Amino acid sequence: MKLKTFPGGLHPPDNKFWSAHKPIENCPMPDEFIVPFAQHIGVPAVPAVEVGQHVSKGQVLGTAKGFVSVPVHAPTSGEVLALEPRPHPSGVAMPAVVIKPDGEDRWIDGLEKCDPEQLTPEEISEKIRAAGVVGMGGATFPTHVKLSPPEEKKIDTLILNGVECEPFLTADHRLMLEETDRLLKGVAILQKVLGVEHVAIGIEANKPDAISLLQERCKGTPFVVEPLEVKYPQGAEKQLILAVTGREVPSGGLPMDVGVVVHNVGTAAAIADAVIEGKPLIERICTVTGPAIKEPKNLRIRIGTPLQHLVEICCGTVEEPAKIIMGGPMMGSTQVDLSVMTTRGTSGLLLLREQDITGRSEGPCIRCSRCVEVCAMNLLPTTIAAYARRDLLAEAEEYHALDCIECGCCSYTCPSSIPLVQIIRYAKTGIMEQKRKQAS
Amino acid sequence: MSQPVYLSSSPHIHSGETTTKVMHAVFYSLLPACGVAVYFFGPSALSVLLIATLGCLATEAVCQRLMGQPVTIVDGSAAITGVLLALNLPPTSPWWLTLLGAVIAIAIGKQVYGGLGSNPFNPALVARVVLLISFPVQMTTWSAPAPLGSGLDLVTTATPLGEWKNAVMLTGKMPVDLQGSISDYFLGNMAGSIGEISALALLLGAAYLFYKRILTWHIPTAFIGTVILLSGLFWLINPGKYPDPIFHLLTGGLVLGAFFMATDMVTSPVSIKGMLLFGVGCGVLTVLIRLFGGYPEGVSFAILLMNAATPLIDRYTRPKTFGTLRQKGAQ
Repeated sequence: MKLKTFPGGLHPPDNKFWSAHKPIENCPMPDEFIVPFAQHIGVPAVPAVEVGQHVSKGQVLGTAKGFVSVPVHAPTSGEVLALEPRPHPSGVAMPAVVIKPDGEDRWIDGLEKCDPEQLTPEEISEKIRAAGVVGMGGATFPTHVKLSPPEEKKIDTLILNGVECEPFLTADHRLMLEETDRLLKGVAILQKVLGVEHVAIGIEANKPDAISLLQERCKGTPFVVEPLEVKYPQGAEKQLILAVTGREVPSGGLPMDVGVVVHNVGTAAAIADAVIEGKPLIERICTVTGPAIKEPKNLRIRIGTPLQHLVEICCGTVEEPAKIIMGGPMMGSTQVDLSVMTTRGTSGLLLLREQDITGRSEGPCIRCSRCVEVCAMNLLPTTIAAYARRDLLAEAEEYHALDCIECGCCSYTCPSSIPLVQIIRYAKTGIMEQKRKQAS
Repeated sequence: MSQPVYLSSSPHIHSGETTTKVMHAVFYSLLPACGVAVYFFGPSALSVLLIATLGCLATEAVCQRLMGQPVTIVDGSAAITGVLLALNLPPTSPWWLTLLGAVIAIAIGKQVYGGLGSNPFNPALVARVVLLISFPVQMTTWSAPAPLGSGLDLVTTATPLGEWKNAVMLTGKMPVDLQGSISDYFLGNMAGSIGEISALALLLGAAYLFYKRILTWHIPTAFIGTVILLSGLFWLINPGKYPDPIFHLLTGGLVLGAFFMATDMVTSPVSIKGMLLFGVGCGVLTVLIRLFGGYPEGVSFAILLMNAATPLIDRYTRPKTFGTLRQKGAQ
């Protein structure tokens, strides 16, 4: 049978063998946690604790500000050592709470368990917001916002994203295998809140164990497991929706414009904890991997654990890493050093050696059209980049630069090593800036 | 951290494919055709191949030196232009003609536009057409094949297409007996330019490029398909005057042109729709020039004319951006 997929895309070596077979391990606690206030898309949380204060596990450290914002919570019980800017995955120092664990790991009082059946969708949504649940695939968009679509948008399909198409990463894979209960409970809650009939769980065919396990567990439920062709970027939201439903999210639109909501499988599991157990989001699964890591692992980490600690738990490095990447090699971001903290969006830590990233010199475009062939959004990357290089932003926009999802296929495949997606990012930033200026 | 780490914007991995690898593969794919040419036309074909290739490499190096640019002749693109130029010349081209062609191809066909990737026209074809117009006698003096070991000398003769054109001009009818059989045409045992004679050798090279995913089917299929359909139509209307599609396919430069000249990435459209349109245009122009033009062969002119149309084709065949085409299932 031909598996469902989308047009375009490519097949980078998936490199999942480093960690795919490793069961999730609980990461021991570091000497100190660094919990940033900005770890979701939207307005950062506002500090709610003081230096010297003792906090319990799960206590609110920062409160949400506005609708598109969520609170942040203490990963363990301990003392607030500092409130100060610390190196953040975004590349600059950002305000954070530094906590010294007291070793007791004592939960805050008053966590209440709930039966989601007894709650209204609004109550569930509020619990999810209060628990600080955000998109765990890496986008970290506050989940409760996606659960409250405007009246006029009728949602009929919920898609769970278990594709994990980024090379190296295996966190979602292990979660589907080992935390199936939590995942399915979360899916049921999401289905109830959204009031949707169709629920599909999309998984790339390179995870046959997860597919068969979930198929087995979904028997007798309305949930359908959709095995998808192994192709990058199958897990990108628009490409996943097209593969599963045949619907194309309109240019500039959102999934809800075609009646679909997509959530990562990790988000569903976090929702189960938030609603049923009343527990805030203070931990996640993170793959620590790459040729420079001695012992690649899938770790259950407390959010705010410094990267250095993850590397130590994985027995250190084979050699000095030449590149520190948070996330996968196709869309992850490089980090200055290992003092950076993990956030709710940290799906992986990838360390590459010098020989894995050999610098390449750029040549002229020979119009081979490979970037056009692989573009998952059906753009002309080389044309947009040529305009952007000359600062012809109006032309770049005319060629739909803003539709680029920055999957990186064009740069990956370019035989002339032209940094296409990087130039297109530059164009997108410039175009957005112009729009803001015009608006104000 | 004892050493600084690299900071960069994603993606952090690369396919490992390089322009040089692509160029080298194209170069290898032309070797079967070169081999057949040397077999049928002997040392004179070999010398044309060598002079054209070395001439192109030298011209590229000199141009880049003069312009104060890094010399990039190892990237293989100039060598390919040289081989393609040779394949488009008669086996008896004098050395000065070949060398002049090489200088024109690289200097006027490529470097004046800014070098690799910037030329609007296929450089080898620019050179061929300049030579054809400037030196019509030398450029249309063809030889009958004299396979190695046969003891034959190269004897002047007409190409099958030329033979047909002459007959039609003089009598308005097909010539009574054209030299050569279909298998001669297919294997390369006929008069013609160095590289166009053996469809078999060209197809072998093309198959290798398909395998390496450097060549896609769109342009060759559209080009050859159009020639077969259109020439077939004329043949059905008047078989006493117009040759059949197989003759069109195998006797001239169609196979060489469709697989190796029209598919030049730099000078052909980037979208699939554009490539198909480009191929159809090449096919129509080839048939019209062959049947109604002054020259017996029209492949080079057809491709150059379509090269000129490429920016226009690109402009009007932009792929539909995701989310702008269908709104299937939108609620």
